[in-house]
Amino acid sequence: MVHDLDPRPSVIRDRLSGVARVVCVSAGKGGVGKSSVASTLALLGAEQGMAVGLLDLDLTGPTDHVILGARLGFPSEEYGIDPERHAGISFLSVAHFLGMDAAALRGGDVTNTLLELLAIARWGALDALVIDMPPGLGDTALDVHRYLPKAAHLVVSTPSRLACESVRRCLSLLSKQGAPVLGVVENMKAKADDSTEVAELAAAFGLRHLGSLPRDPDLESALGTPERVRATAFASALRPIATEIFGS
Amino acid sequence: MHELALAEAVLSAAREVAEREGLERVTKVAVRLGALQRISVPTFEFCVNEVRPGAGSKLAEADVQVEIEPVELACRPCGRHFGIEQANALEGDRAEAVHFIPELVHAFIACPDCASVDFEVVKGRGVLIASIEGEGGHGA
Repeated sequence: MVHDLDPRPSVIRDRLSGVARVVCVSAGKGGVGKSSVASTLALLGAEQGMAVGLLDLDLTGPTDHVILGARLGFPSEEYGIDPERHAGISFLSVAHFLGMDAAALRGGDVTNTLLELLAIARWGALDALVIDMPPGLGDTALDVHRYLPKAAHLVVSTPSRLACESVRRCLSLLSKQGAPVLGVVENMKAKADDSTEVAELAAAFGLRHLGSLPRDPDLESALGTPERVRATAFASALRPIATEIFGS
Repeated sequence: MHELALAEAVLSAAREVAEREGLERVTKVAVRLGALQRISVPTFEFCVNEVRPGAGSKLAEADVQVEIEPVELACRPCGRHFGIEQANALEGDRAEAVHFIPELVHAFIACPDCASVDFEVVKGRGVLIASIEGEGGHGA
């Protein structure tokens, strides 16, 4: 006899059967720009004619909807839920259900929320699903590895030694788990900054330093308007990285 | 209705168990629906029949029995056990949000004694397979 079996994991593979690749934007550190990179990466993929989805897995602090200017409200449902179509991408966030309310979630609740989203969301055919990962190396990082073992990680750091310290631990975990890592992106790089810490960090793990994104003062005012986000210097620097990721 | 996706998950998991256990056919799948998610038994039974595989499959004749499991919540700071009816009523969009993702209940209700949102959903969360029975294998 089987007792108390959670049925949701059994359909995750089927739900993602039309998704050619899953790209997790990870860091293990908050404040390095994961959400900006993930959201803009999705926008640039759509710009390049790719069918791209974006899943915000920062379950307790989602912000991708702010970057995209997406409406908050329940997604439509038929044979599951349909991610919202916005700015040329398919987008799903816990914010669609939560609005502006705050949900404090412990580990088991995080896992349940992630499983529920993966079990009921119908992504359809996508060239890539971009996942915006939360800060830290907690439940979501472990659950993504468990339930999406083929997901590749794009790791974001800033030149700050504090960021590099946390990102090093993230890379160490991904390495131990054997998770595919596409490379490291250096964010918030000042023009006068000639530090090489992020490049050295990538090299220490045998990874490529895919490029540097500028500290762009125009990005803040562009938030909420996808065409303005795509027009920033930040997006311009990310564009060749997006081309490489989606084309690889 | 997104319940179809959850019904699919139940049948998919039952099929996996049947294959793993070498069952020729599944005779019974007992499903518990946590009252927190507010899925009615007739709705879920309808969804199961909509997605049930056809004749010849191991699940074609399975008796899918569905029952509602009451909600039990336990406050971590003060230890109070309470049900959903003892907390703030969930209505409108809040009920709909919890219907989609039961964990979002943490955003909308609190312990009736100490007002903490740090509570555990002890039981009655969502869709769970209580048991699977079949014939022809080494027992599932």
